[in-house]
Amino acid sequence: MNTYGVIARFDTPVALVHAAEKVRDAGFKDFDCHSPFPIHGMDDAMGLKRSKLGYVIGAMGLTGALFGFGLQTWIHSIEYPMNISGKPFFAYPAYAIITFELMVLFSAFGAVFGMMYFNSIPRFHHPVFYSDKFSRVTSDAFYVSIEISDPKYNEEEVRSFLDKIGGTEIEVLRDEN
Amino acid sequence: MLDNKIKSKAQIRAEKLLPGNQNFTTITDDIAGVPEAKKTPIQWWLLFGFALSLLAIFAGSVGFLIWEGTGIWGINNPVFWGWAIINFVWWVGIGHAGTLISAILHLFRQNWRNAINRFAETMTLFAVICALVFPGIHVGRIWVAYWFLPIPNQMGLWPNMRSPLIWDFFAVFTYFTVSLLFWYTGLIPDLATLRDRAKTNLKRKIYGFFALGWRGGNRQWQHYELAYLVLAGISTPLVLSVHSVVSSDFATSIIPGWHTTIFPPYFVAGAIYSGFGMVMTLSIIARKVYNLGHIITVEHLDKMAQIMLLTGCMVGYAYSMEFFVAWYSGNAYESFAFVNRALGPYWWGYWVMIFCNVVVPQFFWFERYRRHIPFLFITSILVNIGMWFERFVIVVITLHRDFMPGAWAMYNPTIFDVSIYIGTFGLFFTGFLLFLRFLPMVSIAEAKLVLPESNPHHGHQE
Repeated sequence: MNTYGVIARFDTPVALVHAAEKVRDAGFKDFDCHSPFPIHGMDDAMGLKRSKLGYVIGAMGLTGALFGFGLQTWIHSIEYPMNISGKPFFAYPAYAIITFELMVLFSAFGAVFGMMYFNSIPRFHHPVFYSDKFSRVTSDAFYVSIEISDPKYNEEEVRSFLDKIGGTEIEVLRDEN
Repeated sequence: MLDNKIKSKAQIRAEKLLPGNQNFTTITDDIAGVPEAKKTPIQWWLLFGFALSLLAIFAGSVGFLIWEGTGIWGINNPVFWGWAIINFVWWVGIGHAGTLISAILHLFRQNWRNAINRFAETMTLFAVICALVFPGIHVGRIWVAYWFLPIPNQMGLWPNMRSPLIWDFFAVFTYFTVSLLFWYTGLIPDLATLRDRAKTNLKRKIYGFFALGWRGGNRQWQHYELAYLVLAGISTPLVLSVHSVVSSDFATSIIPGWHTTIFPPYFVAGAIYSGFGMVMTLSIIARKVYNLGHIITVEHLDKMAQIMLLTGCMVGYAYSMEFFVAWYSGNAYESFAFVNRALGPYWWGYWVMIFCNVVVPQFFWFERYRRHIPFLFITSILVNIGMWFERFVIVVITLHRDFMPGAWAMYNPTIFDVSIYIGTFGLFFTGFLLFLRFLPMVSIAEAKLVLPESNPHHGHQE
């Protein structure tokens, strides 16, 4: 039987935010605060840095725009210049639409797949799923989890710490085997 | 500290949008209870059977079209664009409300949207699928449908990237893909809720697979929220671009009545108008069948009616401005095209459009009508009848009489024009009813954000 971490339940979003601040101030690094919906101000409470996802999306959007404009230019100026109604081969104002659409398309892929990358999902196994009660976190429960990978992790200390800051239903995550 | 008797603004707002004594648990139970129910409501089976029969009509008619060719339709010379194009524009237009509600109202922090955005996004997806059917089949030769893709033909010649028809392909395709991504991203936390509540192993595996292992940690929410915000941000110009591009199909031609610069904004306003009409129709049915009147409230319907009033007035303004410019331009063909719309052989189509799109929404100035559910239900259907006739006016009435009287002709649809149109409702409702049965129709995570206790700063200062 292996141990993976400790979870503790809190009653309200406010309690969870205050708990996050205390866990952060106690110097833990590998912890997370689980809630059924995003909580305003939680990033600061946990001391998280700004998400880098924006850079990924920006790069993807730029790639899409360049690809769209390049594709059209290449088709009508290089690959097969074709005189249609005497319009110029390099009719760049007419390329605005497809350039824009591909920019949006690529940014959307960047946003969704970038989000999955940063969140490491799909990931179907995670220690928190060893807890039966934890499943309520997607409905109405609020949890703090501290993982064993944290340098300051010590099962007894973490348990009493979580108890001290108001956590209830404290549980050690263990696999079944 | 606030006096307990004085309610904060957030509390008052929340009570209107989520009346009764609701908390995080009841919201989950009420919304997730619908797809989890063991017994499917009898109304659902009736509607589903009806939708399946329409779908059979659709499959039969499209099959016959592919077998026989477009000769089975009423299109002729000069009306080469008949119901297929009308229906395409109509369905794409309906699809606009979804992204408007989820993206633009999200950026403006309009929390009331949280009860209807899932609904509207799903409607968008199926409406755009119905729309995409028509470009696919409208030349009758399905085996050359790949011609609208940007790939060269057997002589190495590419589609003309300077043509609005290819812009249209890119715009609608992008719109569908981005809407799908947006819809799915919004679903991930709710799929996790269904996974965690699943009673059978099979359900837990299926929902769990699509939930991607979501565990609601703030390290996940952080990136998730940014992704969602950016998707909303890029969908906003996208949704405005889609119907603008559709309108370019018309506006870049030189036919009197089509060759106008007012088309892009006018099409977008009409699209939002018809989309809200469809969301209204569907949400009135769903809240009744599933007893969700406390989550999709009269307050929501009222707000949708206000948006319909706004966009209806914009459409009405566009109709009158078209007439004014036709007269003011002094162009005989342009003036004739518009007089012919209102007083020509298809005058009834024009006046149905004016009645449904300009007269009907004026009732929404009055709160009484905005909150009268049977009235809203009937008007929301009238809105979409009106918007269908708007496209009929633009496509058929404009084409049937252009420059030379010698080239004029009347247009009559055939039974197959009608059956394919009716059949797309089968496609739409089959998909939509399956969604209602198996997925949460309201965003569980976002609906909770309307409760004041979801915001840790509530009670401090507004």
